[in-house]
Formats: sequence, structure tokens, C-alpha cells
Amino acid sequence: MPASFRLASGGRIDRTKPIVIRFNGHEVPAFDGDTAASALLASGIHFVGRSFKYHRPRGILTHGSEEPNALLDVDRGGDRRDPNNRAGMVEAFDGLSLRSQNHWPSLGVDVGELNDALGAIFVSGFYYKTFMWPKVFWKHVYEPVIRAAAGLGQSPTAPDPERYAQRHAHCEVLVVGAGPAGIAAALAASEDKAKRVILCDEQSEPGGTLLHDTTSQIDGETAQQWLTRSLATLRARPNVTILPRTTAFGYFNHNHIALSERITDHMRHPDPSLPRERLWQVRAGRVLLAAGAHERPLVFADNDRPGIMLAESMRVFLNRYAVLPGRQAVIATTGASAYQAALDLRRAGVEVTIVDLRQETDCGPEVTAAIHEGIEVLNGHTVIGAKGRARVDGLVVARLDAQGVPGAARVLGCDCVGMSGGWTPAVHLFSQSRGKLAFNAELDAFLPARSVQNETSAGSCRGTYDLAACIGDGAIAGGIARSVEATASFVGFQSVRIMTAPLDQKPVKAFVDFQNDVTAKDIKLAVREGFESIEHVKRYTTTGMATDQGKTSNMNALGLVAGQLGREIPAVGTTTFRLPYTPVTFGSFAGPNRGDLFDPARITPIHDWAVKNGAKFEDVGLWKRAWYFPARSEDMHAAVARECKAVRTSAGIFDASTLGKIEVAGPDAAEFMNRIYTNAWLKLEPGRCRYGLMLKEDGYVFDDGVAARLTPELFHVTTTTGGAPRVLTHMEDYLQTEWPDLKVYLTSITEQWAVIAVQGQRARDIIAHLVEGIALDDASFPHMAVRTGRICGVPCRLFRVSFTGELGFEINVPADYGQAVWEAVHESGRRFDITPYGTETMHVLRAEKGFIIVGQETDGTVTPDDLGLSGLVGKAKRDFVGKRSLARPDMSAAGRKQLVGLLTEDPQLVLDEGAQVVADPNQPIPMRMLGHVTSSYKSANVGRSIALAMIADGRRRINERLQVTTPDGFTTATVVEPLFFDPEGVRLHA
Amino acid sequence: MPETTAIARRVGVLESIDAPPASTAITIRVLPVQARFALRLAASDAARVGRLGDLDLSLPINRASHSSSRLLARLGPDEFLILLPSPDAEPFATQAKAALAGTHHALTEIGDRNIAIEVSGRYAADVLNAGCPLDLGRMAPGEATRTLLGKVEVVLFRLADGDDGVARYRLECWRSFGRYLHAFLIEAAREYGAS
Repeated sequence: MPASFRLASGGRIDRTKPIVIRFNGHEVPAFDGDTAASALLASGIHFVGRSFKYHRPRGILTHGSEEPNALLDVDRGGDRRDPNNRAGMVEAFDGLSLRSQNHWPSLGVDVGELNDALGAIFVSGFYYKTFMWPKVFWKHVYEPVIRAAAGLGQSPTAPDPERYAQRHAHCEVLVVGAGPAGIAAALAASEDKAKRVILCDEQSEPGGTLLHDTTSQIDGETAQQWLTRSLATLRARPNVTILPRTTAFGYFNHNHIALSERITDHMRHPDPSLPRERLWQVRAGRVLLAAGAHERPLVFADNDRPGIMLAESMRVFLNRYAVLPGRQAVIATTGASAYQAALDLRRAGVEVTIVDLRQETDCGPEVTAAIHEGIEVLNGHTVIGAKGRARVDGLVVARLDAQGVPGAARVLGCDCVGMSGGWTPAVHLFSQSRGKLAFNAELDAFLPARSVQNETSAGSCRGTYDLAACIGDGAIAGGIARSVEATASFVGFQSVRIMTAPLDQKPVKAFVDFQNDVTAKDIKLAVREGFESIEHVKRYTTTGMATDQGKTSNMNALGLVAGQLGREIPAVGTTTFRLPYTPVTFGSFAGPNRGDLFDPARITPIHDWAVKNGAKFEDVGLWKRAWYFPARSEDMHAAVARECKAVRTSAGIFDASTLGKIEVAGPDAAEFMNRIYTNAWLKLEPGRCRYGLMLKEDGYVFDDGVAARLTPELFHVTTTTGGAPRVLTHMEDYLQTEWPDLKVYLTSITEQWAVIAVQGQRARDIIAHLVEGIALDDASFPHMAVRTGRICGVPCRLFRVSFTGELGFEINVPADYGQAVWEAVHESGRRFDITPYGTETMHVLRAEKGFIIVGQETDGTVTPDDLGLSGLVGKAKRDFVGKRSLARPDMSAAGRKQLVGLLTEDPQLVLDEGAQVVADPNQPIPMRMLGHVTSSYKSANVGRSIALAMIADGRRRINERLQVTTPDGFTTATVVEPLFFDPEGVRLHA
Repeated sequence: MPETTAIARRVGVLESIDAPPASTAITIRVLPVQARFALRLAASDAARVGRLGDLDLSLPINRASHSSSRLLARLGPDEFLILLPSPDAEPFATQAKAALAGTHHALTEIGDRNIAIEVSGRYAADVLNAGCPLDLGRMAPGEATRTLLGKVEVVLFRLADGDDGVARYRLECWRSFGRYLHAFLIEAAREYGAS
């Protein structure tokens, strides 16, 4: 296919680099510097997709990011594929493959086109009105079918192979938009070398409208020369960062702006070290918004035919890409700016007619300029409709009489139409910054009025359309006033919502919102049905939704609603602009946070040994903890049973390094402990340990653990693994806000110490010859004592504690020595068959002894007494955190759930944790729940299943038979004391 | 008491990790194990005591002072992080305890709690800003602060610039986060030549 609409010269494309792209499998020649849109148009391809609802043929409406129609599925090779790309934003490279969307079986022949013929049925609210009954059909029939039929592209199913990066940045000035105003602003702002300036623009190169302005002069040079020189100045300044292909899409508090930079989408074989996109979070001292303006389409019958596009976009394709939109053009306009497009097209050899709604007396110098160039100008004419289906082939126009009534229709033959209904400033980011907009009737636009943050709008995004004025405006925003001489731009337009048509015109589709197939009639219907708020009209008709967020349609929709209601536009208001300004990939939000970097996997000093020795791991918060150590072909149950047996027969070794550890130091350390825990600490002697319960202010159990008094003024506190951060925070909170008078400092030592638990009757024998300076016999070193000394030559804090009910030691050594000491202990234990065990065995062993786990037996509503631990509440203590709450009547009322054991009638049956417990399974539903199972295991040591449960009045129910839910129904279990093994506790003192 | 059989070897958590090649663009280097102390001391006491040996306790918050092989960073009004070579740990602790006798303080050995990584090169700040929200362009050599990098709390030092004039930073985090932090930095540095 020859690129017959490509001019022989001109444009910013690189003619030395011809490339070939593919559209629906056909080869399309292009040049480096083309976009998908310009390449297709160069080959005369306008019809590139089907519309969302009616499946009408659609063309390329715009050149930029506001494009509602030309959404393409883009395949960049490999799995680099994604749908819904706006054609003007896709940069062409050799081998790029494009596909049209939303049709079946093909772009040319589409079954869904039937919807267009049925247009009278598909009015706004059609789905809400039609698919009402029967109710269940919505979820299972209507919604899936409608979703499958309705628009936009197919999501990729393969994992995204791309990498995405993120970056924080700070600057004194962020300039959004690198058109004439933005460049002038950046030039002015960056003259002070101490000011860091970031200039970002969504286009592939900075310049904005200057990139397609081939006629203007600025200060005696051409617009292109001015641009080149200005950019060279900016690039030479080390305090300036220019970010092309970068969209500012979110404006948050404190001048925190999110940018999306597209780094490799325009490359065929990107360097694999480059990320596809970078999400910037910029904190700017000042933000200068130079975001430009969007041209409005005209609303007339069949205004969506391929070949009908925005007039300024025609000018862009012509001047920036050297592409003719057609050979015979009609420019349909209500304003002056489109005359420049007509002039440029005429000079490029296109036959041009201008149809202007305005009377000649309402126009400026643009009319004379057009006539001088030999262009036919039809002033005071309306557009009634378009001819053609897959491509426009004529525009129906008529002269308006003095009363504004159209006269005889006349068809202007053409193969392209450039339309212009005036301009809408891009106030999106200003609005996101919570700045207040005010309606300007003269410019028929909402303009930035009152700033809430430190920002300024400049240029056409605040309604300044003349080139010299834009540059001057930008310079002032950048901090330096300067006078600029430039060719006067054609400015001014007459606002119009819908082009006047004959009263007897048959029902037509005149589109307001192209992307959502919303017609003028739909909006009028919504208003007639009582939707008066623009936000409601938006949601009812879907106008202004989807990828373009109504950039081209909002003002026309708003005006129609206001007109229909007989109100002024400010009384109707405008919809709220929300981020993102244009669509942003999920990948850029995810950034590097996937795979191994999704979350930190916290590993203990003994982790690598556990990996090497075949441990299975479980996640406990961010920690990886060894769960069990299967031998050869063992499953989990076999491994856990073996480990449990081993600990109670000989000895086991367990990595307890994840336990939270806090040093509480200072003259008031004991007093602090006494206030934080429920039990008494003042009289604990140095060298001894105590188990403590910690409550929140509400009296419920918050954490537990053993703490050791190392010296009169130093405690080594342990917390649960998951509770470590919140316990330290809780302690600091009380220390800093309630008891600042206490002389205490808290330091987290969780990660300073590796903790190796050696548990079992042989524990002492195993460590004895490794330990220096500590007498280990039972009399010198009793249960619940702590000693400092050395093990394997390393300083250690040795605890004689037990979470298993066996004789046990917890060896604390500096973490970097953890693995070496673990290996030495393991080696030493070989002669006693020391068995490494994981968290599952730890859980079973403690359940055999009825030891609670905070978060398993407790759920934030459990008191010490509920756990049978009221002995740990210091009755004589003046105060402790939670004391007052424990005095509330409900905290000791009858009927509270209490910790008990459960033994199933069938000793092999292991109850489900969380299973509900009732007295009588035959009672009417809803049954009275007595409680639930909190822990349940098969116990190799007890020789049957065991369970812990929280049961209402549980301690009064010992020996009662209750019913527990199972996956199939109920089973019977007997309430017992929560202690299944060695009830006298003799094994602790072996 | 039987003799202990062996002296266990100290192994840093990142010792087994392969380092990417150093370059003037970006170098990410795991620093060897060493001694560290967390010192808590009221601001008024710090001002009164003035110095701990050759380390200045009176410097402003978020500043670090160093003398030959030692580094002290003031992270808050009453919080200091002290880094020194392992053999110095015991003498330093003895000396500090003597100097602070009678003054309420906590001197806690945390040499194994933290790991350290040095990031240097032309793109060092860019790599750090991949996960750190601070304005590194306004962080002068000699400053130190607690901050976030990715999902990890770190202490960030801006060290004196290298001989070649490039910026050098030191990061410290808790040991269990070390491998994540290292992997995060390598990923962020890939486009500057680290891999």
C-alpha cells in the first residue's frame, strides 16, 4: 500500500529512516517520527475502529491523548501487547503491529453494527430500563452478555514481561506542558541556577503547538527556530530536567504531582536494562500548569464518520507529519482558529471550503486571509449532516436566515472534514489541585480562578490563545515579565452546543461523546427524565467516561444540559476532574514491587541452614519461619509427629530468633514493667525471668512473653513474633505520653540476638560443654532464670525457659554468630538424636501443655481470667494498663467464654480450628453458639487428637459433652482442663 | 567446666551475595560486619557531656560526626547511632559507661542488628530516590537521617564525596531486611549498569 497521502517534503519525520508497521496484518509504510495515527492517514486509512455501543465505523478524530475513537490494540513484539492505545500517542517503529478493536468478525463486516440500526431502542438508561426482570438474570445472563458485547479491547492474559520503575524527585518549579507557554515559563524559572526546574510533556518531543506551526514568527525568527533555540538554552542549563513522553496525571496535596514517563514503548528492541515506564512522584515548590486546550467537535448528524476530524488535528498531521488528511476538505467551524488549518491545507494543495456558523461581520481578519488564498468561505452556514458511512464523502450544509432558520440544503463533496467548535482549556490538573474554577462566558469556558496550592496556570489552559500572549503569560508565570512579538493568532469563537438543523429532520445520531456513543438526543432524554445534576447526567448517559474522560465532549454535554434546563452554565456546574488525566498502566503503579520485591521476606540468621536442611517454611507476618523439617518422603503430619516425639523423648532444636525483643533500661525500668504488665515486677530478682501478660487500655490481652531482669536497671523483654512492632510502639506511647517522668529507655534488640531453643530432657547435656562461665545444674540455674556467659566463645544470654513443658534453654547470641552456634549445638546434639523442629511442632507441644498463643486463643476480646490466668493479675497493684477496664462488671460477668480443652469422642478426629460449639445440635436455628475451637492438633505424645476452645462458662462445664461442627455435621467432644501432658510439670525440672 | 571446643565465626547476612561490578555510574557495595551501639541520652545531658571520646554529642539532629574509623549520627534529640570497628567495641563501651556514670542513658550493643550498604556514583541519588522520598539534592555530606527505602526503614548517611567527586551514601537497615534492600537497590540500578 503506497503512502499516497504523504507530502514529498516537510514535517518532523525522519525520511532517512523508512519503516513498515502493520495494521490488521497489512503492511503500512511509515517513517521514524510517525505516530500510528499519522502513518495510517498517510496511507489514506481513516476507518480504524468500531464504536462502543452502536459499532459504527470510526476514524481518527484527534492527533493526541484526548482521542476518543481511534483506540488500537498494539503489539510491540514478545508479550509487549496492550489494548486501547490512542493512535496519536503510539509512536511508530519498524515491526509495530496494530489491530482495530470492538468488531466481529472483522473491521469491515461487523455483526454488532446491528445495534446502530436499533439505535432508537438503545436510548440512555436502556440497560437499567430493560434488563430489570427477572432479578437473578442481571447477574448471570444480562450483565455477562452486555459486557462481552460492549466495547474496548481485550486485556492481555500473559504476565507482563516489562519492568517498571519509580522515582521520587524534588524541584523548585515543575512546569507541566512544553508548548509555548510552558517553554517560556521554564526559561524564565530556570534563569536562577539555584532553582531546579522539571519540564514535562506528554508528547514525544517538547514544543506543543510550535511543532506544527509553520507560519508564525516569534521575535523575528520562525516558530521552529524559536523552539530549537529555546530548547537548546534549557538543555544547556544543568538545573533543568526535560521529560518528554511524560504525562502529569495526578495532582495531590502539598504540590505532590504524579508523572508517568514512557521510556521504551517507542523502541523496537529496547535495552533490557531499561524499564518500560517510570512513575515519578514530584514534590514541587511551585507548579506552573501550561497544559494547553482541547478543541471541541461540532455536534451534527453523523458527525462521527471516518474522515471527520478536529481542524487543528488536521493541521498537526499536515505540518508535523507531512500527511494530507484528504484531497478535498471542508473546514466546518464556529471560530477563527480553524482558518489557519484551512490556509495550511490550501497551501499544501488541498481543495478547501470553509463553512462558518458565524456571520462575516462577527469574524476577524481570518476571513480575508482565507479569501485571499482562494478559499471559498460560507459564512452564516450550519452543518446539517454528513454523507458516507465508512468514510465521509460529503457534508450537508445550509445558510441560516436572519431568524437563524436553515435554508435549502447543499452538499459539499469532500473526503475529509475538519471541524472546530472552539476550545476548552485543560483545567484538569488545576481542578485536581482543588483550585476553584469560574465560568467565563466570553470564552465559553471554565477557567482557573482561585488557587489552593502554590501553582499558576499559563497560556491556553487559562484561556489565553494568542501565541505572543501565551509566551508572555508563561514568562510571567516563570517569574520574569518580557515582551514578545509574534504573529497574531486567529482567535475567538462563537459557542454552540448543537448545529442548527431543519425542524423536520428525521431522528439522527449527532454524537456528543464519541467514545461512549452518547448523542445529543440521549442527553436531552436524560434531562427530561429528571437528571439535572451534571454528575447524574454523566453517570446515566455515560458521557465523559472511559479513556478520554470527556476531553472533547464535556463542554458540549454541559451546554446541552444547561440549555435544556434553561439555566446558565455556572448554575449547572462542571463535573469533578479526577486523576488520572489520561490512562496509566497498572504496571507503573506496581513498579518494582513484584516477585521477590513484592514485600521484604524477613529471614533469620539460621534461615540458610534451614533451607539447606529441607525445611518447609511458613509466612508469619513478613518473616519466613521454618514450619517443619520433612525427612525424605515424609508428609507434614509424619514430620510433625516425629519432631514432637523427639522433643519429648530426647531433645529438639528450634529457631526462635523472630521473637520480639526489647531492652528496657533505666532506674525506673522495674516500675515501667510493673505498669505495662498485669503482674508484679518490682521484686523480681536480677537473674530471674517471669512470664507476663500485657493488656490494652480496654483490659483485653494484647501480648505476652517472658522477660528477664538482667540487672536492677535492665530488663530483656520478649514479645510474640507478630507483636514485636506494636508492643514497642505501645510501650513508647505510654512512656512518652503518660509517664514521661519515668527514667526509662526502650531499644529494640529483636534482630541483635539469634535465639536457639534447645528443648528436651537432654538439653543440658547437649549444651553443657559449649557453655563457658555458667553453672547449668538445676540448683544453680533453675527454671525461669537467666545467665550471661559465653557459648562457643561468643557472648550469650542464656535463658532457662520452656514453651514445651520440657527442660529447656533459649540461647541468645549475637545474630551474626547465630548459624555457627546453631551448627555447633546441632553437632553436639547428634549423639542424642537432636531433632530440628519447626513452628508446627512448637504449636502442638505448647497446646499439649495448654499454653496460649496470643492471636490464636485470643482475639482482642479475651481477658486474663477468660484464659484462666487471673493469677497473673496483680490484685495488690495500684495500677497497670487495663486495670480499670478489668473492673467493669461485664469483664467478670457469667457467660464469658473461657479457655478449656476438648477431647473428641473419636480420638482420631481432628477438629477444625474455628469450628463452632453448641450444646444441642437439634435446637432450632439460629442455634445458641457456646464458643469455638481455637487450636486443634493430632498429638503423637498424647496418642490422640487434642483441642483448645473458648467456651461460654467453660470452666463450669468440665466433663460436659458438647457438639462441635464438622464439615459433615456435628461430632461429640468432652470438655476437659486445658492441659493434656505432664499435668504435674515434673519434666521442666529434669 | 569443660573447655569450649570452638570459637564460632561471625557471618554477615549479605556475605554470600554476589556484588555487581563497581562503576563510576553506580556502585552498590555491601560493607563488612562491624560494631554498633544505640545510645539514648537526654538532649540536655548530651549537651552537658559534650563528647564521648572523639565523638561529638552536641551536634544537631540529622548530622553525623566522624573521627578516623568511628561515626556517630544524631537521629533524634535523645538518640544516637554509633558505628565503630569491632575491636573498639569493648573499650568504647567501658569508656562510655565511665563518661556517662550517674547520667540516665541506655547504651545498647546492636552491631549484629544492622547491615550496611554503600551506594556511590553519579546516579547514586537517582537509585536511592527509586524508593526514598527525601530530597537528596538538598542532603549535604555529613547528614544522616532515618527514612524509608522501598518498604524498609533505613538510616541514610550522606558520606563525604569520593575522591572522584561522586556522591557516596551509606544505608543501614535491620539485618532481616538486608537481602530485600540489596535486591531493591540492584533492581533500581539496572538501567545505570548494575545487574
